[in-house]
Amino acid sequence: MSAFLAWIATLPALAQIPLVLLAFLVVIALLIFFIEIAPRSGRKYTIIRAAACVLIPTLIFLALGSVYWAAGAAAVFGGLFFILDYRSKQGAGYLFQLVGFMSPAIFLLAIGLIYPTIQTTIQAFMNSRGTRFVGLDNFIWIFTQDTGIRTVLNTVVWVLIVPTVSTIFGLAYAVFIDKSRGEKIFKVLVFMPMAISFVGASIIWRFVYAVRPAGQEQIGLLNQIVVWMGGQPVDWISNSPWNTFFLIVVLIWIQTGFAMVILSAAIKGVPAEQLEAAELDGTNAWQRFINVTVPGIRSSLVVVLTTISIASLKVFDIVRTMTAGANETSVIANEMYSQWQGFEVGRSAAFAVVLFIMVLPIVVYNARQIAKQREIR
Amino acid sequence: MISHNFRRALLPIATLGVASMVLTGCASGTSGTGGPGDAGEADGVVTIYGTIADTEAELLEESWADWEEANDIDIQYESSKEFEAQISIRAQGGNAPDIAIFPQPGLLADLASREYIQPAPEGVAANVAEYWSEDWAAYGTTGDTLYGAPLMASVKGFIWYSPSQFAEWGVEVPETWDELLALTQTIADETGTAPWCAGFGSDAATGWPGTDWVEDLVLREAGPDVYDQWVSHEIPFSDPAIVSAFDSVGDILLNPDYVNAGFGDVKSINSTPFGDPARALGDGTCALHHQASFFDGFIQDPKNGNATVGPDADIWAFVTPSAEAGGNAVTGGGEIVGAFSNDEDTIAVQEYLSSAEWANTRVALGGVISANNGLDPASASSPILQEAITILQDPDTTFRFDASDLMPGVVGAGSFWTGMVDWVNGKSTEEVLSTIDASWPSE
Repeated sequence: MSAFLAWIATLPALAQIPLVLLAFLVVIALLIFFIEIAPRSGRKYTIIRAAACVLIPTLIFLALGSVYWAAGAAAVFGGLFFILDYRSKQGAGYLFQLVGFMSPAIFLLAIGLIYPTIQTTIQAFMNSRGTRFVGLDNFIWIFTQDTGIRTVLNTVVWVLIVPTVSTIFGLAYAVFIDKSRGEKIFKVLVFMPMAISFVGASIIWRFVYAVRPAGQEQIGLLNQIVVWMGGQPVDWISNSPWNTFFLIVVLIWIQTGFAMVILSAAIKGVPAEQLEAAELDGTNAWQRFINVTVPGIRSSLVVVLTTISIASLKVFDIVRTMTAGANETSVIANEMYSQWQGFEVGRSAAFAVVLFIMVLPIVVYNARQIAKQREIR
Repeated sequence: MISHNFRRALLPIATLGVASMVLTGCASGTSGTGGPGDAGEADGVVTIYGTIADTEAELLEESWADWEEANDIDIQYESSKEFEAQISIRAQGGNAPDIAIFPQPGLLADLASREYIQPAPEGVAANVAEYWSEDWAAYGTTGDTLYGAPLMASVKGFIWYSPSQFAEWGVEVPETWDELLALTQTIADETGTAPWCAGFGSDAATGWPGTDWVEDLVLREAGPDVYDQWVSHEIPFSDPAIVSAFDSVGDILLNPDYVNAGFGDVKSINSTPFGDPARALGDGTCALHHQASFFDGFIQDPKNGNATVGPDADIWAFVTPSAEAGGNAVTGGGEIVGAFSNDEDTIAVQEYLSSAEWANTRVALGGVISANNGLDPASASSPILQEAITILQDPDTTFRFDASDLMPGVVGAGSFWTGMVDWVNGKSTEEVLSTIDASWPSE
């Protein structure tokens, strides 16, 4: 893998892009092949499996130039395809199918999520060099000093404010533009920030907040407005505690579009009969909205809220780009990175575990909501 | 119908929400594997990574251009303002350059103690023994192993002023710290405005100019021995010696009558980019400014009003005075060159960079100095640099490296910087110091 990347790095920049894309597509194609095509029954698929048995070891031999690897691969794939072929002739059993279909996903989850989670948890209880266990020292360190507590509190503030405000704004906007002329254009306007990367958005907003001493020409939009109003320029992102709120604005700006699109679709799904019935009962628009529309889109509201909550829990790029955590604006993900960068692996992992524990209830709630949805269906 | 379709779409959306949990981060560990071993190959290309950027980087590449031709080695230099963050990530991720130019010996020590850096080759060790003082050699040494040679140097703690303004007010360059405070009061009385200007702003590194102030005061009030203990954390930040240094700095920087000339109140120090006081100095709104030798470039920058620098020019500088008259202690900075690879080409480049030949070539191109003893002071391009070389080569000078650069990265390039920012914002000295102490790496 690293040899492949090193080889790619020697090529001109423009040639690298298609190659990386191609490699990505090959991996995806392989996954799809194993999940979709390999387990099917029928002569055609038997032939495909037999060909793969020969081709894969050959390719491995050509790529690595080692007979042992090729032989190993041939044994593994040969065995795998033989079983698949044998089972597909008789109509595969449910359990076998389950394993066959799930194994790529389970394998990827194991190396990408389960193993790192276990490893990080172990590291959280070890010293910075990972040589001995130090018990709860890293956690004690987080919760006994100002900056650590402040970091956790800031993260909580993010999680409380961003989802609620984004959802309220998104919902209000979706309701107001519903069935209006030019609805599409209004939607695009609000949805556009979603397409900007967090770092890009942060740089845009840093310019908005930029400050120059009084009397000089302001380059920041917000301070220019303040000066036109006859005020003194304010340094928005360096005065605690308000600076955190000015950073939060950036994420709200990004997430409102997401909330608006989903909720707008959900509002369109509220049955017109119910709304009409409510109208005949003599309700006003507000009552209709609260008693008919909101219960009708409750499940989407939950999804939007939980998704944005998780996004704001792991916010990193915005804080990193705008303040790098200075002036008491740091959040857990940023502190995790800073500590890791300073070789404090234990403390960094402890922050990661705290973040994990904070995410857990939201994820569990989300999963249970999905299970409920299933029951309704 | 629509509702039914939408319900079906809900599941994937919700699943996405769950899947995003996957991204809630996982730290990766470092493993001690017993030295970096052999790394790199002699392929005629040596990659160098460092902080030196823009014009300085062009001059750096110019300085080794002839040598590259003669030795048939292609040196590929890459600079990044995020170097401090990126180098440890690249090292831990197995994607390190052949050579890195470290502005912080503390960061080099961090990496060396985790077995990422190659011990210095014999040729480099010989050059270090020949051309550098023991103090400087110690900055490239961790444990008992020399890991790299110094490259360039700068002298910190200059106080920039206007000789003609001083003559007008009838004041002299101060000999002691108390005289400096008296001088400040005199100027404040004469002009009715704040004499000092300061700027701590530097994006992600905001606060670093403040650490230079504190380091100067620790060295001048408590002496070099206490300074060394402070660097190695034998005494904590909350030690009375350090508290007293903070208080002395506060006599100037936290006094609303003394700062921030041309920029506003005390808090404006944090929001003023560190280069901006050059303009205030040039146009006379600011009488005194504390900054390292590199600042003459900013003062003479056409964007800042083209003031000239020299003993008889618009702006000149004196070294921050000690507590007692006749003090000769200065702080300074510099770079150490460490290598991640040990192939022949890399070693050849390292040896060349540690030679007097390279130092003279680079200094002759202007803008920088080196503490290399084989350097001819006449090579230096400007009065302030000649002054700085004279200070560095004077055997009576007590030289100490910038403390924050020697400390572990989480403090020296982290909590010490943010601590200075909080301190200017009005947090109590005691609170700031205990926070910095708490962030000191665990063992």
